[in-house]
Amino acid sequence: MNAEIRTMRTQAELALLDAFANHKDRLVGARDERVAAFKKFEEAGLPHRRVEEWKYTDLRALMRDAKPLAAKPDAAAIAAAREAGRIAGVDARRIVLVNGTFVPELADTAALERGLTITSLAEALVAPGNALAGLGRTVQTNDVVVALNTAFMADGVVIRVAKDAAIERPIHIVHVFSGREAAATFTRSLVVVEPGAKLTLIESHEGAPDVDYQVNTALELVVGDGARVEHVKLGLEGSKALHLSSTMAAVGADAVLRDFAFMTGGAVCRNQLFIRLDGASTQLVVSGANLLKGRQHVDTTMLVDHAAGGCQGREKFKSVVDEQSRVVFQGKIIVRPGAQKTDARMATHALLLSEEAEADNKPELEIFADDVQCGHGATAGALDEELLFYLKARGIPAKEAEALLIQSFVGDAIENVAHEGLREALVAATAQWLQARS
Amino acid sequence: MPMLEVKNLHVEVEGKKILNGLDLTVPSGQVHAIMGPNGSGKSTLAYVLAGKEDYEVTEGDVLLDGESILGLEPDERAARGLFLAFQYPMEIPGVASMTFLRTALNAQRRARGEQELSTPDFLKRVRDVAARLHIDQDMLRRGVNVGFSGGEKKRNEILQMALLEPRLCVLDETDSGLDIDALKIVADGVNALRAPDRSMIVITHYQRLLNYIVPDVVHVMAKGRVVKTGGKELALELEAHGYAEYREAAA
Ligand SMILES: Nc1ncnc2c1ncn2[C@@H]1O[C@H](COP(=O)(O)OP(=O)(O)OP(=O)(O)O)[C@@H](O)[C@H]1O
Ligand SMILES: [Mg+2]
Repeated sequence: MNAEIRTMRTQAELALLDAFANHKDRLVGARDERVAAFKKFEEAGLPHRRVEEWKYTDLRALMRDAKPLAAKPDAAAIAAAREAGRIAGVDARRIVLVNGTFVPELADTAALERGLTITSLAEALVAPGNALAGLGRTVQTNDVVVALNTAFMADGVVIRVAKDAAIERPIHIVHVFSGREAAATFTRSLVVVEPGAKLTLIESHEGAPDVDYQVNTALELVVGDGARVEHVKLGLEGSKALHLSSTMAAVGADAVLRDFAFMTGGAVCRNQLFIRLDGASTQLVVSGANLLKGRQHVDTTMLVDHAAGGCQGREKFKSVVDEQSRVVFQGKIIVRPGAQKTDARMATHALLLSEEAEADNKPELEIFADDVQCGHGATAGALDEELLFYLKARGIPAKEAEALLIQSFVGDAIENVAHEGLREALVAATAQWLQARS
Repeated sequence: MPMLEVKNLHVEVEGKKILNGLDLTVPSGQVHAIMGPNGSGKSTLAYVLAGKEDYEVTEGDVLLDGESILGLEPDERAARGLFLAFQYPMEIPGVASMTFLRTALNAQRRARGEQELSTPDFLKRVRDVAARLHIDQDMLRRGVNVGFSGGEKKRNEILQMALLEPRLCVLDETDSGLDIDALKIVADGVNALRAPDRSMIVITHYQRLLNYIVPDVVHVMAKGRVVKTGGKELALELEAHGYAEYREAAA
């Protein structure tokens, strides 16, 4: 049969079509980009399991409906978010987005360091001139979730770090969802770190535990030649949330980009990373830790494009999967023709704490240069009984012994975080997760 | 009452019978050596005492201070004062030695209803014990046993033993893999722990260790049971004549 099969629109797809038609007035700025992006969604629909990149996370099936676009937060929501995202031991400049909206009174933009500018996306979208030059062009992708983000982006943070400015104090973009009514937020942030500059960027997501809100968030990160950037994401969404996150990073020559994601929250989470190395001799470290329980589903899908040679890429992910949870990792490394002397290594390890826990892993290498070193490795297994016995024989009770081994398993990934305060906070957060488990 | 009483112990692993009606009594304050051919079940006995899961006790009992410990978890046995120095100590990458030692010590103290040790007290104890066993502080900054040589791992077992101050010490071939100087250091460490309220079971293949740690009683194990018990001269006899006679006796 050759008949053209048009799949019926799902309820969520219909709601998205509706939202775009009815809220044009609220979707300010970037008119042409929004329309073009939405067209991609209209043509492809929500990604499903026959779309290779979404093989293990069938969004069409998982996303039962599309929540209404979140309204601007009221005074109560703003007041409730005042302390959100504070991390013990880390003195960061916090910029809080409540229900997807940049809230000026919760943005610590006082006494900005020389060379640092911070504005809201909503403001930048309507500003004259080219405040947003480059938005949407950091790394091109046909991904529909990114397209939806472009179509509906309401607010976010625009950060620029001028050439050679070393910003020592971390900047923390805090995303909070508050309120009893489920809603959808679409945030887009653009962070440009000019050549020779330095920045530690924290991104966190949290929200009400019993509301099935939906988050579609995207970050474009431009790392100039010789710049050093660390991006640490904390995924602490409420337990019913749908979290779709896209990070697009373009990295220049002689630069260092460290990216870390720590995921413990949310019902269904997708972290997608699109990273392109445009200049030689750059060091890329992408890693993360997923601590999952219940029926959580967390998918990390990463594309690292070595467009230039002589770069070192290190990807390491550690997942602890308990009860009926599921972790997915898809990692694709492309080495373009001429990207000689590329040195890329990718490793994923899953610790399965229950019979029903699941880990799916799909590494892919596409290598078009001959003088490269590329490899990947993956393991999935239970805790080592012999090691547990050794610890117990020294008087350490079973749960504590397990916690020690799990902590060290996860710690191996956390070591990749360069910022000491953050590293300690992540170790503490892991201990807290383990404590809640026993 | 003896510290340890093993009565008619029968043990199977994966359906295979390994201990076969073993009897052993160790009074308080004594050091007992256990010798015997490879595969006779010495390590199995040690593991069963410590509470390893894969071993199924089909008959008999193990009493510590007159109470059966077979229903206890390994950590509960440790808290009651039982310590096994492993024949093959494990490497635990990512778990810092100090964290491991402190967690173990405090878990045992908690289980016994004692106060946890303060950080300075704990550090002082570790420093003292490490110095006595000629263990470099730098080694304790690594993961547990990570990158240790065979002999260093054995010395680290004795360090744990000295720190935890158990009442019944089971040493499974602690001498194997030690050079002559290390053997002396370990033996001194063990001897320093000899006390009227502490008993030891020393499993070894070599009479040499028993020159340093002089046992009160020597047992010969073959085919999963104790086939001969004697004084320290029994070890010399075994050194001279081997196990031929006992292999047959047990068959
Ligand atoms: N987990 C196991 N599964 C199957 N067989 C086992 C297991 N553990 C021990 N055995 C068997 O039980 C027997 C006794 O082993 P054990 O390690 O106790 O001997 P041993 O006296 O300590 O020997 P050695 O002097 O070589 O250390 C051996 O035949 C061994 O193969
Ligand atoms: Mg043995």
